[in-house]
This record gives sequence, structure tokens and C-alpha cells, in this order.
Amino acid sequence: MWEYTDKVREHFLNPKNAGEIEDPDGVAEVGSIACGDALKLSFKLDENKRIADAKFKTFGCASAIASASALTEIIKGKTIEEAMKITNQDIADYLGGLPQEKMHCSVLGQEALEKAIDNYRGVSHKKPEEEIVCACFGVTDGEIERAIRQNHLTSVEEVTYYTKAGGGCGNCHDKIQAILDRVLAAKRSEKEPEERPRLSNIQKIRMIEETIEREIRPSLQHDGGDIDLIDVIGNRVLVATRGACATCQASQITLKSFVEWKLKEFVSPDLVVEEVAK
Amino acid sequence: MRTVYLDNNATTMVSREVLDEMLPFFHDRYGNPSSMHSFGGRVARELSDARHKVASLLGADPEEIIFTSCGTESDNTAIMSSLLVKPGKTHIVTSRVEHPAIKVLCEHLAQKGYRVTMVGVDSDGRLDMDEYEASLTPDTAIASIMWANNETGVIFPVEEAARLARDRGIVFHTDAVQIVGKIPIDMKGNAVDMLSLSGHKLHAPKGIGVLYVRKGTKFSPFLIGGHQEKGRRGGTENVAGIVGLGKACELAAASMEKENTYVRALRDRLENSLLAAIPQSRVNGVRDERLPNTTNISFEFVEGESILLLMDQHGICASSGSACTSGSLQPSHVLRAMGVPYTMAHGSIRFSLSVYNTEEDIDLVIRELPPIIDKLRVLSPYWATERGACTTV
Ligand code: FES
Repeated sequence: MWEYTDKVREHFLNPKNAGEIEDPDGVAEVGSIACGDALKLSFKLDENKRIADAKFKTFGCASAIASASALTEIIKGKTIEEAMKITNQDIADYLGGLPQEKMHCSVLGQEALEKAIDNYRGVSHKKPEEEIVCACFGVTDGEIERAIRQNHLTSVEEVTYYTKAGGGCGNCHDKIQAILDRVLAAKRSEKEPEERPRLSNIQKIRMIEETIEREIRPSLQHDGGDIDLIDVIGNRVLVATRGACATCQASQITLKSFVEWKLKEFVSPDLVVEEVAK
Repeated sequence: MRTVYLDNNATTMVSREVLDEMLPFFHDRYGNPSSMHSFGGRVARELSDARHKVASLLGADPEEIIFTSCGTESDNTAIMSSLLVKPGKTHIVTSRVEHPAIKVLCEHLAQKGYRVTMVGVDSDGRLDMDEYEASLTPDTAIASIMWANNETGVIFPVEEAARLARDRGIVFHTDAVQIVGKIPIDMKGNAVDMLSLSGHKLHAPKGIGVLYVRKGTKFSPFLIGGHQEKGRRGGTENVAGIVGLGKACELAAASMEKENTYVRALRDRLENSLLAAIPQSRVNGVRDERLPNTTNISFEFVEGESILLLMDQHGICASSGSACTSGSLQPSHVLRAMGVPYTMAHGSIRFSLSVYNTEEDIDLVIRELPPIIDKLRVLSPYWATERGACTTV
């Protein structure tokens, strides 16, 4: 049995704002009966362009019903601009949290809200450039990417909890993993400049040395090679390779893709590696 | 609040008589049946008694009974043993609607290189016997088909399936966990080589199971250790559990008649009343070839977990094949194998009764469930559009 909070139980047993608004300003329907949950959201604005009333209809489990009920409560009284900032996490928070496996119920709420706002503004929600990644649940790469970014997801399993993608036949797991890898890599390089204070030259050299020692040398030695740090000029890291690496035809690839990748990851994304004769 | 327990295919209450029979073996008579002293030796006699009782419920010989820890262990032992004794054979035949104890094991073996054929069922949940027969090959090591399905209660023609396997020299196993104690079984009169049963489905405790192995069947143990169970299953015997299971089998034999009259009548009344009171509901699984205690009903356009939680408010315990309750995101593999439409599968509820249920239990469900379905349908975005279509009720 799921561990639901009292708030979830309360909104499930006595849902607020169930129904449909006649002649709504914005309306949207998301999900499908095949996927196990669906949500229809409608709202009406007052003369000050605030959401005066919102109603929902839900097919789904207890947390889907509670999430929809919570969503309508949250958006009432808000302007469109304010409503647009609401995320699935806000819905989950309002309910005192949802079991991880049920987070997709809150994601469905956010989707319904966005589509209903689009509907009000008269823009179409179609995103032709997006591609369906999970055929079982009809989830696109864009939806998966957004869930990853918004909720800081790191595994396929988590993506399934939040979007349902991957929860059926499992054929799409590799594709989801690829999206995860891409987004996480992108997030890392976006984040680094602000997170990492500018390094002094001494700090930089020390970190490069440490990284070579800890992350790079052991694997090169494992293959019978080795690496020496010769100099650091600005962001150019000059190294010399020895043993198997020095004579290896593929040494360019070793340096570029491995050493540089490690140094970028652990020291600074601006570093470039150059090989020099010793 | 009174608990109305209608989830007996999940587990059953240990009956009072069974519990009384077991209690002395925890504190007073705790001897090890393998011991040389008479304090332990007297316990061994009780084990042998229990073995006779289990054998007699199955129409088997006591030596054909191996006590295990649960149905899953019995199922695993049967499959793994059959593969081990025929190392040249790499094919397994089973059905698409097995319990996870067989299904997941077979999927696991498929990844290890075994070839697994999962025979389908029709929309009424009946096994496709033509497909079954066609799937038996000279390379088949074992055919394992459940006797009755846990979700729908549909009974499979296992005796016929066993004969077809025997004709081809293939070992046949059946997961009979749901049927033992509900329908008479006579192992002397059929060709089943191995059969699994589980204590907690027939009012014995959890943690005790049986694997029946027909005399002459080649066998390789799963748990290797002491000489217990004639070396076929190592590990000190679960004495209290075995004694309890013996008693439960004795009681089951005595109440089999009641199961097929009283329980069946309760089930039928529940089913018919709900179908009459709730529009757009239907039974999953063929209605006559079914366990007398089980009904699986779908209520269109509502979701199972919501139904269960609202019934829980009234103390009613049942289960659902919906996605949200299965822990996965898809409805149960049984309903999908039957091709039950999604609008129906997500709203499926299984009621499974026992001899301990009363007319009042059934009355309560008949009274409380229709308004629950109504309440959820009013919330459902699909209901309004469909409602016009069902003005007949
Ligand atoms: S394609 Fe994603 S789970 Fe089947």
C-alpha cells in the first residue's frame, strides 16, 4: 500500500473543485485512459485577469485525483503569469509530498495547466520538433528532458517515476539513458562557471596534478602507459606521454578524449590538452 | 470498524483449529525431529502425521510430499530441478498468465539462454490448448502450467495438458497454489509430475509450502544441506508450520463441499448484484470454469486504486489489477494477456472469498460499492461523454 500523506488522503476523499467550467477561458485535457491517468482542467478569469475559478476531472489513482484537486486550489486567485511559474514540485509540496513512484501525477497537473494557458492564449501546444521516445506511454524527448532538468533526475528509474516513460516494455531505456547523459553533461557545463570561483594559477596546477594522479594515471598505467605534466600556460595543459601511450597510434584519441575530458570534468571546462615531446 | 476480508487469493486467516494445533511446537515441544532423543523423536511422529494429511488431500503418497518454505520455493525447485536433470534440453513451456514465481523465473532463464514459450489465453482467460500442444518439442525440458489463475480464478485443463506432456516424455509441473483445498485433486488419477502448493492460501500460516514430486520423477534438490525430506530439501523442518499445514489440509478436505456450495453462492450473489447495480461493469474470465471463491469485475472508466482506497474506508479488503496497484505502470499481465481493453483493465477489482465470509459481508459490499463507483465516475473525464450511451440502467 502507498504511504500517502494526510493531505493527499484529504484531497482524494473530498476533492475540491471537481467538475467542468461552462464556457471556460482556458481548458485542456492531458493523459489518456490507456496510460492509466487523464486530467481535464478548465478555468475562468475575472475582470482583473486573475483565475476566478478552476475545475478538474480526473481518471486515475488517489494521488492523481489529489494532485488535480491541489492544482485547482493553487491556481485560484493567481494571474496567468503567476500560474505559469507553477511546477510539478509545487503541486507535490502543497500535498506534503507524493511517493516517488507517483510523481508523474504532479507532472500531469503541470502539463494540464500549461496546455490550458496555451489554450487561453490561443497558441497551439504542438511541438513538431519533439520526438516520441517512449511508445508505450507516448512521452517525447522534450518532456523527458524537462522533467530531468526541473526535478534533478539522475536515473532511468526516476525518469519513469516522473514521466512514466520506460514503465512499460522497457525498450526505450537506452534512449532515456542517452537523454540523461546528454542533459546531465550539459547541466554540468552550464553550472560550472558560476559554481567554481576563478582558480588562481597555483590552485589550477595543483588540481591538474591531483586529477592526473587520481583519475588519469591509474588507467593509463593499467594499459602499460604513463603521463607527465610538463607545463600549464593559461588554459593550455602541456603533457608528455610515455610507454604504451607514447608509441600508440591512438594516442591522440587517448589524450583528447580521455585526459582532456577528465581535466574538464574535475578542474575546469576551459582546459585544452596538448602533447609535447619531453 | 468491522473488517470485511475478500482478498483470500492474496492470503488467508490462519484458522483457530490450525493455530491451536501449532502452538505447542513453539515453546513446549520445540525438539528437532532429527534428534536421537525421544523429546525430538516424538516431534518426528507429528511431522509424519502431517505429511499423511497433506498427501491424503492430494490423493498422493506421503513420500511424494516435500515440505518447502513457500509456493515460490516450490515453483523454483520444480523448474530448476527439471532443467538440471536434463542438461541437454533448453526449452521451457509455460503460460502468459503465470504467477511471478514462474513468470519472472522463466524470463530470467530466457536471459540466460533458455528458450521459453509462453502460451497465450483467449479473451475469457482460457488457455490456448492448440498452441500449448504445438509448443511441446523434443527439446522441451519442462512444461509448467498453473492449475487455476490467481487473478481471474479461471481453471485450466491441467490434467489434459499433463497427459499431452507425458505422451512426449516431457516433465509436467503445475502451480496449484490457488486450487488446492477448493477443488478435489487426485494425483493417482492424473499425469502431473510435480505440483506446488502454499500453506497460507488455505488457512495455514505463511512460510510453509509443498512440492509434490511423483515417484520416479528425476529430481535435483534446490536447497542442499542436511538429510531432511530424504535429502530432497535441506534445512531443519518448520515443524509448527508443517503441523499447521497438515491440520489445514484436513479441514480443507472437510470443507470442500461448503466451498463449492456456500462460498460459491456468496460469490455468485456478490457478482450478480454488482453487475446489476453498476452499469458498464463486466466479469473478467469465463464464468463457469472458475474457482468457486473468485470474481474479477471491471468497472469501466474508473481506476482500481481509487476504488480500493474508498472501499478501505468501509473496512472492505480486495485487490486490483490496475497499474497503480501493481507497482508497475501497466495493468496486470493477466488482463493484458486476455486483451481486456484499457478502459476496463484499469478499473478491475478482484474479490476472493473464503468459508469464513458471511452474508453480511456480501451485503455490505453490495451496499457500499455502487456509490463509490458513482462518485469516481462523476470525477472521471470519460464518464460524461459515455453516459448518454447507457440510459438503460
Ligand atoms: S517504449 Fe517506453 S516503456 Fe515501452
